[in-house]
Amino acid sequence: MTGGATNVMDRVLFGDNQFFGVNHMSEEKARAQAMRFQDLPAVLEVLDTAYQEGIRTFMCTTHDRVAEICDHFRANAAKYPDYQFYPCMPYAHKYANAVTEHGMIEALRLFLPEEGALRSMLKGGMALANKDIEAIMQLLIDAEMKMFHDLATPVVFMQNVITDLLLGLNMKACLRIFHDHVRQRYDAEPGFITMNVPRLLDVLDELGIDNPIVCANINKIGFRMCGGIALYEQTIATRRFRPVAMSVLASGAIAPREAIEYVCRQPKIESIVFGASSRGNIRQTKTLIDELTVTA
Amino acid sequence: MIRTAMVGLGKMGLSHLAILRAHPQLDLVAGCDSTAYLTDILSKYSGLKCHADFDRMLEQEQLDAIVIATPSKLHAAMVEKALNRGLHVFCEKPFVLDVRDGERLVSLAESKGLVNQVGYHYRFVGAFKEAARIVKSGALGTVHHVRAEAYGPVVLRPKGGTWRSAKSEGGGALYDYACHAVDLVNFVAGPPASVGGVVRHGVFSQDVDDEVYCTLHYANGASGQLCVNWSDESFRKMSTKVSVWGTHGRITADRQECQIYLREPHAAVPGASKGWTIRYTTDLTEEVWFYLRGEEYSAQIDYFAQSIRERRTDGENTFRSALEADRVVSMIVGETAGMLTMPSAQPSRATLWSRLFK
Repeated sequence: MTGGATNVMDRVLFGDNQFFGVNHMSEEKARAQAMRFQDLPAVLEVLDTAYQEGIRTFMCTTHDRVAEICDHFRANAAKYPDYQFYPCMPYAHKYANAVTEHGMIEALRLFLPEEGALRSMLKGGMALANKDIEAIMQLLIDAEMKMFHDLATPVVFMQNVITDLLLGLNMKACLRIFHDHVRQRYDAEPGFITMNVPRLLDVLDELGIDNPIVCANINKIGFRMCGGIALYEQTIATRRFRPVAMSVLASGAIAPREAIEYVCRQPKIESIVFGASSRGNIRQTKTLIDELTVTA
Repeated sequence: MIRTAMVGLGKMGLSHLAILRAHPQLDLVAGCDSTAYLTDILSKYSGLKCHADFDRMLEQEQLDAIVIATPSKLHAAMVEKALNRGLHVFCEKPFVLDVRDGERLVSLAESKGLVNQVGYHYRFVGAFKEAARIVKSGALGTVHHVRAEAYGPVVLRPKGGTWRSAKSEGGGALYDYACHAVDLVNFVAGPPASVGGVVRHGVFSQDVDDEVYCTLHYANGASGQLCVNWSDESFRKMSTKVSVWGTHGRITADRQECQIYLREPHAAVPGASKGWTIRYTTDLTEEVWFYLRGEEYSAQIDYFAQSIRERRTDGENTFRSALEADRVVSMIVGETAGMLTMPSAQPSRATLWSRLFK
């Protein structure tokens, strides 16, 4: 794994919701996509299409199936010389379902390495002697990163459900632990996905995390932009961070040109992540971003 | 500030805790859970004052309100103690396991004029709110059928060590999953008068049901169906859908969208022509001050806080309203007393074989 912590991110990143049956508009569409992409070749075909259209960064959850995608890119490194992954961890349903089924401690144990003192301690039903949440978090991060070995992962994100849970719980130290471990162990730049940008920035400032990468919904209709669209615009314009815009089309609620125009008008947005399944949509969105991006 | 405490810090509890702590009008003064490793971590890393004992917390803390997210069988006793101390109460669903407890607690809360709310968060989902509004408006004409479905991947193998797999603790798909669908029916179409044709079946579980099906009967002759199965791996997460058929049209709503078919345009659905109209979550969702997992979780907590400020005791999801769901659940249980069917120890193929040649 290689990093390059201060590197500028690509302007356009390819997202993965479409591959895993996530669609914020329609469960029927989500299911149709889950069917279409249940076999790896269908997924790889779309990633190839995006690559041919000039998108070489795949921003993906640590879903079990991403491991197969990673295998493909490792085996065909020559075909994708500059390809890189931005892992987003964890794929939360994996944990949530395990907690429902096994209870919290047993679920945690399942996700820790098989050999290890912490897992043994949990197995023994012992309360964690030193409450060493830092060691546990590092092990969990390492477990999620395993599938990306020997691939470029210059940015590693914490998924919004975890970022925002920690934010709400006021467990600020955990954000710091993630930040430090990603930098130190993976020589990568940590990023945080959130639905609560202004609030998160306050906390990251407090933690002394300077100029953080923050990925959030940024769209013309203010969909899932907590604090309101006006505060977001002001935050983007005035605060020091590296915004990555997601959900720019608000799941299709905004027409593509109008949606991209809006995002490209905001100053300082470094990257835009979008997911699509057809060459037509990939090309249209990529072309619009290229066209509407004002170069300084 | 509303001085609030939280008891039960499991999966749902932690999510509530995060939302409560982020709320500008709530002062989350303490949390309570008997699991020491959890409270230790919370107090060390988040600065939350934690108690191991509920009674002691009530004694020691100066509180205005409490949020209860403990396993279902503990709800009744905790709600009662909190009400008796004059606290406003938000209780996770299902409200109580015994309808008689529920009746007593409804009276207690109402006689004390305390805010009381149960966590049926679907009533705060834009698409379901819209469905309920349209049905109530009469746009669908006379309602003759309603169907609520809930599917998800909770129990997928014959093992399970949590309270959700224990009958005596309010586990099973009926109490833990079906109650959402039941409440949704009550919300959108009103509570049924009786139930029939109940099937409760353990797909993988030995002690509780994993799937629940039944027919709902309304006093006016309308009918309904309830289809719940939490052993369906094809769903990524819990997925709930409600459909209502009326003489003038039909509606189907899930968390993402509201599909409306009108035989004639109606004033209550502005802009909708004859035929299909789709309303998406992006249009129907109201912004919340803090987002975690879905607007509805924040919206219901904010509603609770506003109820306390306004002393609103007849709002959405009151104990009285949630008790209607408990009553339906109780009718389903009554219909199946001693009839809960469990998976056969034999492989299904042999069972089929033996049936054919009996």
